[in-house]
Amino acid sequence: MNKVEEIKTISGVNPLKCMKCGKCSASCPSFNEMDIKPHQFVTYVINDDVEALANSKSAWKCLSCFACIERCPRDVKPGKVIDAARQILIRQRGQEGLSADEIPALLDEETPQQLLMSAFRKYRR
Amino acid sequence: MKYSYFPGCTLRNKAKDLDDYARACAEKLGFTLEELTDWQCCGGVYPLGADEIASKLPSVRALNGAKEKQQDLVAVCSACYHVLKRVNDDMANVADIQTRANNYMALSEPYKGEAKVLHYLEVLRDKVGFDNLKKQVVNPLTGRKIGAYYGCLLLRPGSVMNFDDPENPTIMEDFIRALGAEPVVYPYRNECCGGYISIKEKEHSAALCRRITDSAAGFQADCLVTACPLCKYNLENNSELPIVYFTELLAEALGIKEVR
Repeated sequence: MNKVEEIKTISGVNPLKCMKCGKCSASCPSFNEMDIKPHQFVTYVINDDVEALANSKSAWKCLSCFACIERCPRDVKPGKVIDAARQILIRQRGQEGLSADEIPALLDEETPQQLLMSAFRKYRR
Repeated sequence: MKYSYFPGCTLRNKAKDLDDYARACAEKLGFTLEELTDWQCCGGVYPLGADEIASKLPSVRALNGAKEKQQDLVAVCSACYHVLKRVNDDMANVADIQTRANNYMALSEPYKGEAKVLHYLEVLRDKVGFDNLKKQVVNPLTGRKIGAYYGCLLLRPGSVMNFDDPENPTIMEDFIRALGAEPVVYPYRNECCGGYISIKEKEHSAALCRRITDSAAGFQADCLVTACPLCKYNLENNSELPIVYFTELLAEALGIKEVR
């Protein structure tokens, strides 16, 4: 499967539905941290440039808050596109965003188990 | 009334106050939380990928456990509730996920989303009733100004969660009012605290949390209430404002916990 088919399969998103209203970018709490903005995600899929999406800062900045998904008037679900880009990356050996060795230094007395579980799911396969 | 209960990983450890008071208050209010016997961690985040099956199975196991007991499934943690409810929606409506998950599970009867997932606050609103709850309050939290912090996971996506209006929710404010306190409505109550990003990028989460707590403090809230251990952790790390679990407030009002 090529990368475009892969990202469509994982995300379930039809990028052609987007009408570029920008509501997703306006809603995104990570907008300032992102190099590729939420309303631009689908363009990279249409232009067959999934590599750029997977290698973007944005792939690691999405918080899965679902604000973009909630507010999209066309039900495009931009958050699912960037999550799929991250999936494509972390499903490859050596591309994880977090290794088990790093964990002890990141913990404090109050760290909830929920944070570790969520981070492991989001940063590695 | 008895419910199947999914405590989740954090309620067994760092969030004991969320769990203990939920159970004790339930008994006081006339319902029982029966912990599922073989639950596994929900994973903390809903697996968004349409091809991710294995990571959805712990939820399917819990949902099927409730179905077999013919009980609704109650969660207290926002993340557990979110994950269970979304996986249940998949099992009811997404044929591919339903088929593949059932192939793994090999249950005596396939699971097709029959169980109903409820958040503890929904039980209070829809089963106990806030009016009835108000009558059972022995220590009304009079004079306290409390901001509801909803965060993301209880509300979005609204089409699946169906918890409350995702843009203008009222359930926590109604809960606060039932306990005799004054709810403080502030604009950032359903904005993200940063969630899991705080494992590696503390400053990113800190900036988001400060916006939330500054906003609440600006509207004179003297504490914030949440259902999510990760929201509590992130907010507490970045604010002087006390952050409490909703079950702690409930326990104070019902006379189970000493009023602070």
